[in-house]
Amino acid sequence: MSTAMFGSGIRRREDPRLITGAASYTDDLTLPGMLHAAMLRSPHAHARIGAIDASRAKSARGVVAVYTSADTEGALQPSPCAWLLPDSDLKIAEYPCLAKDTVRYVGEIVAVVVAESRYQAYDALELIDVDYDPLPAAIDLEQAGGPDAPRLHAEIEGNQAFHWTVSGGDVDAAFANADVIVKERILQQRLIPTAMETRSAVASYTRASGELTLWNTTQNPHIVRFLCSLVTGVPEDRLRVVAPEVGGGFGSKIAVYPADFVTVFCAMKLGSPVKWTETRSENYQATTHGRNHVQDVELAATNDGRITGIRATVRAGMGAYLSTAAPGIPTILHGLMLSGVYDIPAIHEEVYGLYTNETPVEAYRGAGRPEATFMLERLVDVLADKLDMDPAEVRRKNFIPKFDDGHDVATGLTYDSGDYEQALDKLLRHADYAGLRAEQEEARQQGRYPGIGLSTYVEICGLGPSQVAGAIGFQGGLWESAIVRFHPSGKVHVFIGASPHGQGEETTFAQIVAAELGVSPEDVKVVHGDTDNTPMGWGTYGSRTTAVGGAALALTARKIREKCKVIAAHLLEAAVEDMEYEDGNFFVKGSPDNGKTIQDIALMANVSWNMPEGVESGLEASTFYDPPNFVFPYGAHLALVEVDAETGQVELKRYIALDDCGPQINPTIVAGQVHGGVVQGIGQALWEEAVYDEDGQLLSGSMLDYALPRADKLPEIEVLSTVTPSPHHPLGVKGIGEAGTIASTAAVYNAVMDALKPLNAPAVDMPFTPERVWRAIQKGKGN
Amino acid sequence: MFAPEFSYHRASSIAEAGRLLAEHPGAKVLAGGHSLIPILKLRLAAPAVVIDIGRIPEMKGIAAGNGTVTIGALTTHAELASSEIVRANARALAEAAAQIGDPAVRNRGTIGGNVAHADPASDLPQALVALGATFRLTSPEGARSVAAEDFFEGLMTTSLREDELLTSIELPAAGPGRGSAYAKLAHPASRYAVIGAAASVTVAGGKCTAASVVLGGLTSRPTRAPSVEASLVGQTPSEAVIAAAAKNAAGDLGDDLMGDIYASEEYRKAVAHVWVRRALAAAAARCAG
Ligand SMILES: Cc1cc2nc3c(=O)[nH]c(=O)nc-3n(C[C@H](O)[C@H](O)[C@H](O)COP(=O)(O)OP(=O)(O)OC[C@H]3O[C@@H](n4cnc5c(N)ncnc54)[C@H](O)[C@@H]3O)c2cc1C
Repeated sequence: MSTAMFGSGIRRREDPRLITGAASYTDDLTLPGMLHAAMLRSPHAHARIGAIDASRAKSARGVVAVYTSADTEGALQPSPCAWLLPDSDLKIAEYPCLAKDTVRYVGEIVAVVVAESRYQAYDALELIDVDYDPLPAAIDLEQAGGPDAPRLHAEIEGNQAFHWTVSGGDVDAAFANADVIVKERILQQRLIPTAMETRSAVASYTRASGELTLWNTTQNPHIVRFLCSLVTGVPEDRLRVVAPEVGGGFGSKIAVYPADFVTVFCAMKLGSPVKWTETRSENYQATTHGRNHVQDVELAATNDGRITGIRATVRAGMGAYLSTAAPGIPTILHGLMLSGVYDIPAIHEEVYGLYTNETPVEAYRGAGRPEATFMLERLVDVLADKLDMDPAEVRRKNFIPKFDDGHDVATGLTYDSGDYEQALDKLLRHADYAGLRAEQEEARQQGRYPGIGLSTYVEICGLGPSQVAGAIGFQGGLWESAIVRFHPSGKVHVFIGASPHGQGEETTFAQIVAAELGVSPEDVKVVHGDTDNTPMGWGTYGSRTTAVGGAALALTARKIREKCKVIAAHLLEAAVEDMEYEDGNFFVKGSPDNGKTIQDIALMANVSWNMPEGVESGLEASTFYDPPNFVFPYGAHLALVEVDAETGQVELKRYIALDDCGPQINPTIVAGQVHGGVVQGIGQALWEEAVYDEDGQLLSGSMLDYALPRADKLPEIEVLSTVTPSPHHPLGVKGIGEAGTIASTAAVYNAVMDALKPLNAPAVDMPFTPERVWRAIQKGKGN
Repeated sequence: MFAPEFSYHRASSIAEAGRLLAEHPGAKVLAGGHSLIPILKLRLAAPAVVIDIGRIPEMKGIAAGNGTVTIGALTTHAELASSEIVRANARALAEAAAQIGDPAVRNRGTIGGNVAHADPASDLPQALVALGATFRLTSPEGARSVAAEDFFEGLMTTSLREDELLTSIELPAAGPGRGSAYAKLAHPASRYAVIGAAASVTVAGGKCTAASVVLGGLTSRPTRAPSVEASLVGQTPSEAVIAAAAKNAAGDLGDDLMGDIYASEEYRKAVAHVWVRRALAAAAARCAG
């Protein structure tokens, strides 16, 4: 076992327990004397709360307590927003854990019932009488900021949560001097993340010691500990947060939630453990949503297809309150990426974050970057169409030329490394692009409508230097930490602060240690998710766990290697400078057969019978790694669709993803991340949409109506890659968790619009339901 | 979600089920549970008593004889889809069953529960009406037969009385020159029918002698398309004739269509003919003779 472990597509060690049902999630936990909480949620999008009569519920069988906001007064602080976007006139509305006098979205918690069983708790919900005085709701994003819109928060004018601007270069001049200008209005519909595991919390409080343990479905247990401490007043040293197995998050489990704090409150008040697990309907109403932009974008260009400027106004729906990281998503993670893979000299974007009477919005796989990629990739296609150029050609013309150690874009970011043209070339070669275009021409002659869509993207991930975190108002650091501990038998424990929940780092992190120290990955156990036995870390999101945590781990392993060298030199009675290392063996130059294995050294370090002067016992090291910059993975995707012009149905026939995430630690896992990511992006293009009616009722409130991608509607995804190391990362790796989603929505969208071109159809709002496509075709016919 | 409390009884025979139903007015029978359980969990219904009929042996199985195919009400969708008897005699039914939901739904859901529930977005009702099925209903007072066409009265309402059990469904066996088919636009989330078209066609001497075309998914009950049928009978069922006949479907659907956030009434009405055409073409292709 050796360095060869880096790049080996070994199977994920997580999978046997996950696919045999042996994994243990929060809801699987049962504690002695545990009670069950159920949340009474508002049926109204906007209403004043009058009297709440819980007397019938309180006397129902099995019911232990019913609490409303009056009971939590002083005990629970509001649920916090922790991304305080600077220079944006940010107005954070108080988000009470239990609604006080007003409810502002369907699903907001009004009361909690604690009972001996879940059935009893849910039965009792029906016995609570609440007087609601319904108010008009602000739903439509285009009107929510207007003078006639109902106001959500008395103190916040125009429902405006923030107004943020990014600017670089002389945009006015770019547009004044443009040969051509293309414009689009793009709707990024609201999406529901739909993690397989719904959210859950189990809280257990020991009065005698004042200690609280919270098991929680979260992507970042250390952040939960920090924020839960602020909200509940339990000191951080008395608070243990455990993220057991977590069944997907996609951003929706970054946030901290009122329901979790209410569960903690109940456990503390009653002195018994309390479990709360949301139903799927609650998950759709109360766990955060994603996207939700209205984007007005225009591109300035020369007649030969060079982009000279981009200008955009985005209205971003935030929902009724600002979720934990929400303000940073449509701004920092969106606007700063508006140059994409292109050399665009002038960029200007204004983003208005608006409160609406809907479920709060958070990060959702890609978080801001898919919305940026889409704007650019759509407009580039519109430009190509206007100039009658091939979309691939326009892209090539505008690509930032190959760079391997930094490139500055107009938004102020410095990309790390990239070769965008190579990616597109390889993609087009694999696809036989010219052949596809010829087949398309032929099919059109026969009255069939195939379409080819491209999306070339770059994304920002591996969040990020902590100094930048501070500058952009992120209320935390963005470093990661790792501890590597060798046991006497040579087996290894790795403790990390990040909290993978399906991405496979238990496997890839073992591979990193194996590659750096020559042990078998089988001998490396990766521990994460429990704040009491892992070092601090900021969590798994923004494709950062391998990019940041993996770097911390590699550097830690290297520290171990250096210590081993010193011990080996001592044992071999040689000078440290004369020592060499290869695949777990430390030896004097020229005598590899008389070396000491890392296992020999681990034993010696642990028993410590014969250590060199001044070297500590044990074999353990740790690193806090704060990256010098973000990483910028990129790629080129192609989608092939066919539209049935009679019915408007869209069939996705082929999908090719080329992604460059630097050197791949485990290509099988990379492909898996690409598959999942691509499919989630396809979901936005073709099927998914959270639909609210004008009263703020969620019409797509269950899986009966909210259409997720299904395997039988998808082609085999063809996965390609190029390898461009990040110059500043110890392993050269970038992130891959979100790349697929960031690219694929635009690729599929462009493909469908390309298919519709001979039909003269106007732009269609996502998702491409048969009816929407059919209506566009009717319009194209002049009907 | 969590169902309200109910008491559970299991019947081991039709007679016992009848007795239990008589004893507990307002009780609900439980077959595959794939419509009833969701309704209970959503608390849209709260029966005090649930009578499980799922293990009654007399209500299972598929048999053919005397020009009739008899299907026990507890036959699952998966069994319908894979049954040689059903495929040979009532292909439209096998095809409709094969396109229901997903494997879990097809393995648990039953034909009896599907038609008794009479969800307008279901697939089996229109197939059964097109194939001329007859439903056998039993109560302690005796048994009766109802034509499928008369059984479905409207949105989730049927001629089944509260104390009655649907025990079996009978279909005429395939005749010479007859073929049937089912075509569907499935909702991408639920997989229920947005548009479901069932067709049964008989061809003799190259001409269509009988046609039965029934649509579902877009009306509150299975809706026959008489002008589609009329414009086929007497004609050679060529591609062009079928396409022209199918176009009449919109007129037959009337104005009382159903729409939702996925597909409006207008859209469904405008494109329904495509699925009618597909079902007719497949059915006609199966008419050997
Ligand atoms: C996810 C999902 C997707 C689905 N997709 C489709 C689809 O695409 N197409 C489709 O057609 N259906 C679909 N269904 C419904 C499915 O076919 C159900 O199984 C069927 O509608 C009900 O049959 P059941 O045996 O489960 O009945 P149950 O749920 O047990 O009962 C349904 C109703 O019928 C009554 N009942 C049941 N059996 C009898 C009987 N023998 N006599 C009298 N009354 C009786 C019950 O009292 C109850 O009121 C779907 C269901 C789910 C959960």
